[in-house]
Amino acid sequence: MEDVFSVLIIGLSVGGMYALLALGLALVFGILGFINFAHGELIAITGYATYFLIMSGMPFILVLVFAVLSAMIGAMAIERIAFRPIRNAYLTTGILTSFGLEMIIQSSWSNLISPLRLPIKRPDWLIQFWEIGDSGFSTYQGLAIVLTLISLIALSLFLKKTTMGLSMQAAAADFPVAQLMGIRANRVIATAFAISGLLAGIAAFLWIAQRGSCDPFMGFNPLIKAFIALVFGGMSRLSGAVIGGILIGFIEVGLRTYLPDSAVQFQEPIAYFIVIIILMRWPDGLISVFRKQE
Amino acid sequence: MLAIENITVNYGPIVALRDLSLTVSKGEIVALLGPNGAGKSTALKAIMGMQPLKSGQIMFEGKSINGLATENIVRRGMTMTPEGRRVFADLTVDENLILGAVAQKDKHAAEITKKEIFKMFPILEERRNQRSGTLSGGQQQQLAIGRSLMSAPRLLLLDEPSLGLAPLVVEQIFMLIQELKQKGNTILLVEQNTELSLAIADRGYICVNGRIEISGTSRQLAASSDVVNAYLGIEEKQD
Repeated sequence: MEDVFSVLIIGLSVGGMYALLALGLALVFGILGFINFAHGELIAITGYATYFLIMSGMPFILVLVFAVLSAMIGAMAIERIAFRPIRNAYLTTGILTSFGLEMIIQSSWSNLISPLRLPIKRPDWLIQFWEIGDSGFSTYQGLAIVLTLISLIALSLFLKKTTMGLSMQAAAADFPVAQLMGIRANRVIATAFAISGLLAGIAAFLWIAQRGSCDPFMGFNPLIKAFIALVFGGMSRLSGAVIGGILIGFIEVGLRTYLPDSAVQFQEPIAYFIVIIILMRWPDGLISVFRKQE
Repeated sequence: MLAIENITVNYGPIVALRDLSLTVSKGEIVALLGPNGAGKSTALKAIMGMQPLKSGQIMFEGKSINGLATENIVRRGMTMTPEGRRVFADLTVDENLILGAVAQKDKHAAEITKKEIFKMFPILEERRNQRSGTLSGGQQQQLAIGRSLMSAPRLLLLDEPSLGLAPLVVEQIFMLIQELKQKGNTILLVEQNTELSLAIADRGYICVNGRIEISGTSRQLAASSDVVNAYLGIEEKQD
């Protein structure tokens, strides 16, 4: 029984992180029409920002704020420098540009700082373990759930209640018609990147809190998981990213907990096998299961 | 108000518009008519900056708008209700109207415009909190036109507003366009329904194969309906 409780908490915390990343991918995909594979690099930007800010002796809470903001600024800079000049090019150009960016940023950390893993000192309260019966969870795992929840609520309020949020939905649904409303393309796209960066920064903080280190390649694995989560959940709606992310988190943590020791090394292949089977039945993602009932 | 001078538009190697010229004066309804694929919609897209020009000039209220982004043209006081209505189906009627007023700086004026639109289309007020995708085709067309009016345009371009609607609804839409004119709106109307368009328009242009073949007052065009039909008919056989 305690097992179920901790799988629930840890699954939600891991899934929440994937959901935040997948949402960022989905926001940009909705408007520009391609997956930004440089999105994972925002995690590395947050990682190095955290590392250097902690070294400078800044209090941890401030480090957290600035590190998350660095991802947002990074995302806006990426849009301005790399994606805006190719706005009207073919979609393949966008995808290739995002891959190129990913490689450039990754090798910059390797060459300019270090290819090695750098330890990040986490405050004790963050990694404190709260025992519940035979199992339990750490502060950062509980924090992950709270931060994910706050982010999701804030994002949905923003999208529904503000003109900019509505403009973003309009731009995702039909960009030329959105422009016929007088909606400013540059502003909407820059905002989409800013929000996706902010969400990535929060996800990155959760990822760093869990591993306590940074390295040039730290963004790759979460990005791939988020991408899978997005396809799994469905790309036609933002809720697909959330559902996909959280389920991928549960599948991952559930398999890690319940698989016999000899099979744990096959955890990822088994997880993806499950995903593929489900996608064969619902190729448009899980969200399409709910939509058909409408 | 609007003066288009010898515009040419290409889609890759295909010439979509060839040396097309037309004018719209304040307070007029001008109909741009022609068969499917004649380039009428392309002309509207070119005016709204959604399709680049190869050559020619577009003047709005005496100033060139060549090369301006769509969003800025809307801010100059001209917008288009696109073909096929294209309402934001997942958003409510109200939200669609709010978006229509994005370019409108004066939020108080936008509120007044919205009240007028609700007066003109009572069904929209009734369904203001409903997802616009659940509206009927005719209601969606009302919403699409209402949404365009929210930016308080001095010139409104309508792209095939009667397309895909039931005959009775088509008549309602044409009556509505006439009503808009009486309220002082200036309209450039693209249509395939020649008869009804000429009935409400002041002047008309017949566009075939990307070229204006005949133009004149609606009365002149209606009187020479043989010639007009010949142009439209010939094209239909080629299709």
